[in-house]
Amino acid sequence: MSAAPVTPAAAPVPTAPVPSGIGPIWPMYRAMVGIGVLCGLAIVTVFEATRPVIRRNQAAALERAVFQVLPEAASSVTFGYAGDGFEIADGEDAADGERVWAGYDADGRLVGLAIETSGMGYQDTIRLLYGYAPERDAVVGIRVLESKETPGLGDKIETDPGFLRNFELLDVALAADGASLARSIEVVKPGAKTEPWQIDGITGATISSVAIVDMLRRSTKVWIPRLSRHLDDFAPARAGEAATGASGSEAEDV
Amino acid sequence: MSDTHLVDAAGPSSTDEFVKGLWRENPVFVQALGMCPVLAVSNTALNALAMGLATLFVLVMSNTVVSLLRRFIPKQVRIATYILVIATFVTIVDYAIQAISLEMYRALGAFISLIVVNCLILGRAESFASKNGVGRSILDGLGMGIGFTVALLALGAVREIFGAGSLFGVQLFHDAFQPWVMMILPSGGFFTLAGWLLLFNWLRARAETLNSAKLADALEATS
Amino acid sequence: MTQEPLWSVFVGASLINNFVLAYFLGICPFLGVSGKLETASRMGGAVTFVMLVSSTCAYGINVLLIAIDAPYLRLISFIAVIASTVQLVEMFIKKVSPALFRSLGIFLPLITTNCAILGLTLFQTNKGYGFVQCLAYALGAGVGFTLALVLMAGLREKLELASTPDVVRGTALTLVIAGLLSITFMGFAGLGG
Repeated sequence: MSAAPVTPAAAPVPTAPVPSGIGPIWPMYRAMVGIGVLCGLAIVTVFEATRPVIRRNQAAALERAVFQVLPEAASSVTFGYAGDGFEIADGEDAADGERVWAGYDADGRLVGLAIETSGMGYQDTIRLLYGYAPERDAVVGIRVLESKETPGLGDKIETDPGFLRNFELLDVALAADGASLARSIEVVKPGAKTEPWQIDGITGATISSVAIVDMLRRSTKVWIPRLSRHLDDFAPARAGEAATGASGSEAEDV
Repeated sequence: MSDTHLVDAAGPSSTDEFVKGLWRENPVFVQALGMCPVLAVSNTALNALAMGLATLFVLVMSNTVVSLLRRFIPKQVRIATYILVIATFVTIVDYAIQAISLEMYRALGAFISLIVVNCLILGRAESFASKNGVGRSILDGLGMGIGFTVALLALGAVREIFGAGSLFGVQLFHDAFQPWVMMILPSGGFFTLAGWLLLFNWLRARAETLNSAKLADALEATS
Repeated sequence: MTQEPLWSVFVGASLINNFVLAYFLGICPFLGVSGKLETASRMGGAVTFVMLVSSTCAYGINVLLIAIDAPYLRLISFIAVIASTVQLVEMFIKKVSPALFRSLGIFLPLITTNCAILGLTLFQTNKGYGFVQCLAYALGAGVGFTLALVLMAGLREKLELASTPDVVRGTALTLVIAGLLSITFMGFAGLGG
């Protein structure tokens, strides 16, 4: 930096006499390639350094959400859907829409499955995670992962205790043929809920609550029959958990 | 540092390089630069602070690098290289924030990446760092960056206080306070910024009137 | 994952989540070029065009980056693509229609630093849109941008003749109008549901 004291105005002068911007090509290449290489190195270094931390954060955030929708779970394993069954997915192997998380309680018993879904809300796409307990034929909890619903109105779908209580035991029993749901989930006016497959809407957040229910209805229609068919794929022994004799009996329950 | 001292002799003092960004040439309130992030992520004071600090970091780093390399970069490709440098630091900040707090990253969303096209940063690289020494460029970056952060905070604080009745997540009012939801919505951003600009305009207009009044008084006294 | 119908993508980008009035993208040209109706509509057209081209390129690049497992290069390559698209569009228009080139003038190069374009490419990647959805999204964003700009220019042309206090004139007044427009656009929310 010994050259620094030179008056700053002198800097642009050397390029000035060159006509129409086509100066010596070499300095341009040198600058572009040199800086490009340096930038690339810097980015890759930072990426590699932060990747494990970011992975851990994401996994922790997702696990928290899974435990929230499956209150009885103590550990969880990610599964990917492979067309004719479920396989344990390691990290990012499975595509976004084809993943489920199996939750196990402290004894290693399967307590439920968490499924992600998304759909158009009032403002923007809403992403939702819901927990399904096969033993009870019911949805046992939901959690909004991402939404931009109007603060104070639409965001009640995340906070309103009365609305969230609808999803603590929401009936999604299968029809006799096992390929579809016995009854479709439906929204009713706030306070008019009489059946276990109905959901009380929220005043002031009609569209948002209807959107949640629509997403849930669409997703359960596909996923509940699919999960029930392959329920033994989630047996604790195959999930690598400390499996006891429980795995066999559980598969027979279905 | 010696670099700063040597150049000092020729130009304005280094304190001035720092202070000008805070008030006289405040990037948001006076120059109206980088408005997009100012409006978009100022819905809470915390988001505003995080965004301000991220921008401050990118601004100081890009100013430093551009100033260091100012003799090495040919004039024809300077904008391209500046953008390359800025994009690199933005990517670094992006990953850093993801590693520090995933929730913060979700709240700021794509606006961290959009620091690349914040005209403030390219503007300082082109109009200041490419012509000045490293020391002064860093001071300039710090001043402008802090000025930007303060402006963001000014917006974020007002919007959070009125829109949610809290500041940095701490509840300020009694439960009876009905938050003005509009302030957190996009339109609240426009209105709050307009309010601040009005205040600045008014202050400037008043200062001018006062100055001219003083001048008139002085003239009267002498004559 | 995202089987969002095309019309919903389009309406979402142009009206419900208008890039200017809800996402605050492209505020600089919005404040700077909205003084006259004619320039505003031309600027809108140019931005829409660049959006369509950049969106297509960004889609391809993203596929490539995922294939070579280098997501960290996304931002740099997107900004490079946008800068070169703008340059190419500039050269193309100059060659094909010098008249249009003259009328767009300084606005073309300025599009590079328009955050609406970079924002569009980043959002479409985050949302995981397919190719056709990307095109609908880009078209919607462009139409929304043009709409906001033209509405604003119309209002400002009227305001020229109104008597307003000196303190209010300029950016502050423009921002207040933008805020009112933003409230108006909130009425579109729910259309996509």
